[in-house]
Amino acid sequence: MAVITIDKVSRWFGNVVAVNDVTMSIGPGITGLLGPNGAGKSTLIHMMSGFLAPSSGTVALDGTRIWRNQEVYRQIGLVPEKESMYDYLTGWEFVLANAELHGLADPGAAAERAIALVEMEYAQDRHTGTYSKGMKQRVKMASALVHDPAVLLLDEPFNGMDPRQRLHLMELLRRFGADGRTVLFSSHILEEVEQLARHIEVVVAGRHAASGDFREIRRLMTDRPHRYLVRSNDDRRLAAALIADGSTSGIEFDAAAESIGGSAAGALRIQAIDFQGFTTLLPRVARAAGIRLYTVSPADESLESVFSYLVSS
Amino acid sequence: MNTTVARLTARGLFGRRRVLILLAVPVLLLGIALFARGSDLDRLDLAHSVLGTLALGTLVPITGLVVGTGVIATEIEDGSIVYLLAKPLPRWQIVTTKLAVAIGSTWLLSAVPIYAAGLILYGAGDDVALGYTVGALAAGAAYSALFLLLGVVTRHAVIAGLAYALIWESLIGNYVEGARTLSVQQWGLSVAEAVAADGAVLAPVGLATALWLLVIVAVGATAYASVKLAGITLGGEE
Repeated sequence: MAVITIDKVSRWFGNVVAVNDVTMSIGPGITGLLGPNGAGKSTLIHMMSGFLAPSSGTVALDGTRIWRNQEVYRQIGLVPEKESMYDYLTGWEFVLANAELHGLADPGAAAERAIALVEMEYAQDRHTGTYSKGMKQRVKMASALVHDPAVLLLDEPFNGMDPRQRLHLMELLRRFGADGRTVLFSSHILEEVEQLARHIEVVVAGRHAASGDFREIRRLMTDRPHRYLVRSNDDRRLAAALIADGSTSGIEFDAAAESIGGSAAGALRIQAIDFQGFTTLLPRVARAAGIRLYTVSPADESLESVFSYLVSS
Repeated sequence: MNTTVARLTARGLFGRRRVLILLAVPVLLLGIALFARGSDLDRLDLAHSVLGTLALGTLVPITGLVVGTGVIATEIEDGSIVYLLAKPLPRWQIVTTKLAVAIGSTWLLSAVPIYAAGLILYGAGDDVALGYTVGALAAGAAYSALFLLLGVVTRHAVIAGLAYALIWESLIGNYVEGARTLSVQQWGLSVAEAVAADGAVLAPVGLATALWLLVIVAVGATAYASVKLAGITLGGEE
């Protein structure tokens, strides 16, 4: 059983704090490291893979410090985000070289097995420089798996992949997770993480914002107050009907909002508490009152605002 | 030595367009030697200018620079070194293997053509050709180690290396006598003096000093490069 423990870890670059006092532990199964771009995900993965020293705190694999300890790579397979990978080698030569560098007893057999695992046999004799992004990702996977590691670290593995390649990689990772390996991948896309990881660690602005089961975090994210901009043919009557229901916590009539389409000038800015409740309530209320809705648009659906809500809660 | 690291390094070095620059050096040297042979200048003076000033003074450091940084700086720059480093390999082994490839390539691309150019210009007499060749072997090894270290410690290895070779060795070394004591080129010249017949080649730095400094620089640079590689930081800044 391989467990990575991150204990009170901070990392700063000059005056910029990239990771701020993070403590987490990553065990067998699939863990998703979720956060917006620049949140410190890569910095964390770099520290977990031994290519960056924590400014304070410790990062360890099964109690052994990772920084400056090349022996940990017997257990760790790393899929870096960067694409450069000796593009003058063929896929086969690249994976074979990785097997040899691990000092495996039968590097040829290991390379063959790893390439079969990612289904890249058909392109193994082509130079990796000619590969598409998804193909490169798979060959990088093969190189990381060639020594059958207990831990697999992947930095934004789904970036630039088409939907089919994405599904294939997810399937592969699921299998590793089911085998009892420790799989950690980073992503800034909630849906991606949700589809794959049971366990999620959320980082925002270098801080550990949430940790736990994905359903729990999903609920935290959907239950936050949502803001909507609504235009209708009778904003004031709609506001009156909506405020009577418990799923809204505030309605503001903005007479200055410009008119769009057939609506009169003005719009409602609505704060909903219960996301599910409000989305079903609004059309029902409007219909019962004979009000026509022109615009219903979420005002703060950006991932950053979702994350910053998580941090403040 | 790790044969896989050596193979990857050699392919990276010779598999790119850089090889054209590297091959231009011996071609240029042999071309000049053939051309100069036809002139009626003093043969020994010619040999000193071509083998000493041009070859040992300029071509060996440039080859050492391109090769020494090429075996490691390129990989660090594009990030592909991560595939070597994410392995249970001792870091000194990666460094010494890459250094061996660099030294072998520098010798092949500079010392061997120097010997050939020496034979064309002056023949085997007075061991002048042999002297400059052995000098180039010694200097080539030290340059390789030094520039490999630069490739590990700075992202501007080529600039730093050029500054050392051109400004310190060639420019300052020409005017300030003391600067010559700390110049790989001069140490190579001392070795050349020792190998060639008495008085055929003259060097300002004593042989013992030169040999000690060559060994200290080569071994020190290699050891320091291994330490730095073990603690290298990749990426990180987001």
